[in-house]
Amino acid sequence: MYSPTVLDHFKNARNMGVLPDATTSVQVSNPVCGDTLELSLVVNGLEIAKARFRAKGCTPTIACASRLTEMIEGAAVADALRITRESLITSLGGLPEASGHAAQLALDALRAALGRVAASAV
Amino acid sequence: MRRVYLDNNATTPLLPEVFEAMRPYFFEKFGNPSSSHERGQQARIALEHAREEVAQLVGARPSEIVFTSGGTEGDNLAIFGVVASGDHIITSAIEHHAVLNACKRLETLGAQVTYLPVDSQGRVDPDNIRAALRPNTRLVSVMMANNETGVVQPVEEIGRIAAEADVWFHTDAVQAAGKIPVNVDRIGCDLLAISGHKLNAPQGTGALYVRAGTLLRAMFQGGPQERGRRAGTENLPGIVGLGTGAALAREWLALGKGEELGALRDRLERGIAQHVDMTLVNGKGAPRTPNTSNIVFECIAGGSLADALDLKGIAVSTGSACSSGSAHPPYVLLAMGLAPELAHASVRFSLGKQTTPDDITYVLECVPEVVAKLRAMSPLWKNGTRERLARTQA
Repeated sequence: MYSPTVLDHFKNARNMGVLPDATTSVQVSNPVCGDTLELSLVVNGLEIAKARFRAKGCTPTIACASRLTEMIEGAAVADALRITRESLITSLGGLPEASGHAAQLALDALRAALGRVAASAV
Repeated sequence: MRRVYLDNNATTPLLPEVFEAMRPYFFEKFGNPSSSHERGQQARIALEHAREEVAQLVGARPSEIVFTSGGTEGDNLAIFGVVASGDHIITSAIEHHAVLNACKRLETLGAQVTYLPVDSQGRVDPDNIRAALRPNTRLVSVMMANNETGVVQPVEEIGRIAAEADVWFHTDAVQAAGKIPVNVDRIGCDLLAISGHKLNAPQGTGALYVRAGTLLRAMFQGGPQERGRRAGTENLPGIVGLGTGAALAREWLALGKGEELGALRDRLERGIAQHVDMTLVNGKGAPRTPNTSNIVFECIAGGSLADALDLKGIAVSTGSACSSGSAHPPYVLLAMGLAPELAHASVRFSLGKQTTPDDITYVLECVPEVVAKLRAMSPLWKNGTRERLARTQA
């Protein structure tokens, strides 16, 4: 049912944890399925220097969060904001049709976190 | 890697004896039981022998057994078979979708349905059935044992209420038959559905008990099979398998194996409670089938726990898994008053006849480790206390 990449991220989640020196940390939830994702970022200027996550959720939620942090750590903020649900899912080798919400949750967390960074910079 | 199958409420493995009993009916004994020649009559004898075995499993007369394709068909045949537009049905909020969706369909056709709540242990209060009766109540449909929790309903008392009110009583016994004693006269039901693949017989088989004198409308139009109650050439190999499964289930129960299985389940629950903090057995205070344990593991998602256990070779289930096509928590647990976050954190372990003590030992080695890893990942896990668990219970 799950791609090998999804299973790998589930079994060996990357960047799991918290950042004591985080620029921002957000927690988002899906009220329908109850999945909760916490995303912490260290943002230096226009670059995401570090990204960490914690998640209470289904396998796709954990995999999407893990993969997303891989994609954004060291990336420019602008590039991170260009990550789409489809590109995240594709980078995982696909997700079951019913699990698209997991990718959305990860992106919601990213946009909430970067939105906070932008707001605090104003 | 050891493989442990603890999803027997979803389906059970075919017993070798069942397959061996079925085999000739795929090949040399392939006749149609409706044919008058020798091959047909050979098939007829096998069909009727299977009917006797199923009848004995539930304490019925053979003539009261209608073979079906499974529990869903049996439930639908029972409900659509006795209810018409303008009739009222009393059922529970925790029935299998076969019953709930049949009732919802009847509502669109002009029937009225009362969906009774359950208490925190998942039990229907028989007084609520009495209170819900109306002049046009035609049918009470309450399951004997729940598929998610194993909780057994007070069906005998419900049967008495239905009889006093002169309304039909149907019970979905799919999760009960073969696990606990089922007797249609003790229950006092008019209709009772069972499913083959829940008692180590083939998928696609089942039976509906129809008490003599019950006016049942057939769903299928066709030949006169099953005394006009279910048209269509019978699935003879499957039915032979069902009959054999029923006979073996009766033996299993008579040998006290149900109690042994219950002891294994209890050992699983004790072990989890001892080695994993912040857990709760759903429906623990109620009578349950001996094989089922539905457990909350706070602060993690049941779906991820099920997947993590699968990677260890342990098959369990969770009704809230995205893989089930729905991200909604199990409605049964919500109906019991469980907070959604706890319902989402629940996993069902359903043991089977093939489950061994060594299987449980292995599961108890794996569960704490897997839960700890998922909790370490969870933003909700803050080394919480039992007070937190109690507060979120309804």
